[in-house]
Amino acid sequence: MISHLLSISDLSKDEALNILDTAEELARVTETPVKKLPTLRGRTIVNLFFEDSTRTRISFEAAAKRLSADVINFSAKGSSLSKGESLKDTALTLQAMGADGVVIRHPASGAAARLASQKWMTGAVINAGDGTHEHPTQALLDAFTIRQHLKNSSGDLSDLSIAIVGDVLHSRVARSNVLLLSKLGAHVTLIAPPTLLPVAVNSWGVEVKYDFDENLDEYDVVMMLRVQRERMDEAFFPSEREYSRRFGLNGDRLSRLSEKSLVMHPGPMNRGLEISADSADSRKSVIVDQVKNGVSVRMATLYLLLGGN
Amino acid sequence: MALVLDSPEINRALKRIAHEIIERNKGIENVVLIGIPTRGALLSARLAKILAELEGSSIEHGTLDTTMYRDDLRGSAPRSLGRTEIPAGGIHDREVVLVDDVLFSGRTIRAALDALAEHGRPRSVQLAVLIDRGHRELPIRADFVGKNVPTNRAERVSVRLLEIDGNDEVRIEGRA
Repeated sequence: MISHLLSISDLSKDEALNILDTAEELARVTETPVKKLPTLRGRTIVNLFFEDSTRTRISFEAAAKRLSADVINFSAKGSSLSKGESLKDTALTLQAMGADGVVIRHPASGAAARLASQKWMTGAVINAGDGTHEHPTQALLDAFTIRQHLKNSSGDLSDLSIAIVGDVLHSRVARSNVLLLSKLGAHVTLIAPPTLLPVAVNSWGVEVKYDFDENLDEYDVVMMLRVQRERMDEAFFPSEREYSRRFGLNGDRLSRLSEKSLVMHPGPMNRGLEISADSADSRKSVIVDQVKNGVSVRMATLYLLLGGN
Repeated sequence: MALVLDSPEINRALKRIAHEIIERNKGIENVVLIGIPTRGALLSARLAKILAELEGSSIEHGTLDTTMYRDDLRGSAPRSLGRTEIPAGGIHDREVVLVDDVLFSGRTIRAALDALAEHGRPRSVQLAVLIDRGHRELPIRADFVGKNVPTNRAERVSVRLLEIDGNDEVRIEGRA
């Protein structure tokens, strides 16, 4: 097993499946009255958030606490981080405090990898989102949720057709998901306006489409991405109305999806922009499952990184 | 690779353990079997079948994974998890018989007792093992033993079961 979780590309298919299988057993345990396991008693996990995030931070916090670890939340606002302390000094501080694991969210791509590679600290580093690069635990919880609903006999995602729709350019969720879902055997299609696709998307080895309506009934999963308005400092599309009309999941498109298909969204949603309220709340929507599964997948990640050694 | 038990001997040991469980608990009415994955769970399913045949009534059995409760996780690669399935009737106020294949240091059983406590308070907890190889590191003993096998610490006891290994046998490996 790897010693940090920085990128999906560091994981082999077997390692990824091992995380999902472990999460599945942990999910079963947490469904019983027993919500707490003693496994990481006495270990300290620091949530180091240089960027606002409520759901990811509380999901990691819940996961760590269910494994009996001590959790320290360290967010940029109102801390030494906002006073300009460098990543290195922060890491040295965490090392001095004896952090066994650090969950890091940072606006710069590669921040987690830098923290892991510089030997400033000995603890395991988990990337909880670095810039527009990756968000591996989100991809793992998405794969877990898909597998939960559309399980095949091989235990992976082979023969599934998955559409990832919207702001791929700014989305670390999309990048991690493309890597993981392809690794697990799924056929991934990216659907976005050309302005919201990365320049190098041709090298990702996935299908790219500009028309959401084409063969809409062939997707097993439709994963909507949040339009990241806060990362947009210029016009990427003419108007929100036009974006919504061409790339939003509305009631009409929802009705044209196949019977067993799933609707997913990593949250937080811009209801009415990339996804309509009736789609988000429909029977096909597994958005609430994604949140719930996030805790199990993060428990599995923490256990596999910190439980041994 | 000394053979310790062959297939008929394993069956006879399990049958004897089943009789002892009935004798100790005066029937199986309030007994629930909890096997420790992987092979303890298989043995507990076999025991449940034998007990049901002997008594003419069904008996609940489940599994309990102890991994997350172990005190020796650090210093080795992370173990993959087994399945926990507590029977519908629960374990509260029941006579719980833990079933495992080999009793060695006793650390698995200590972890199992912790894990079990999370699911309720049994009236009693008893322990059935196919092989007791000695070298306990904790004050734990088995109530029902298939066979006591003196070993030294360096040896490995290998239990193979038909369900997953293709045949039934117990061997000691690494004996000089």
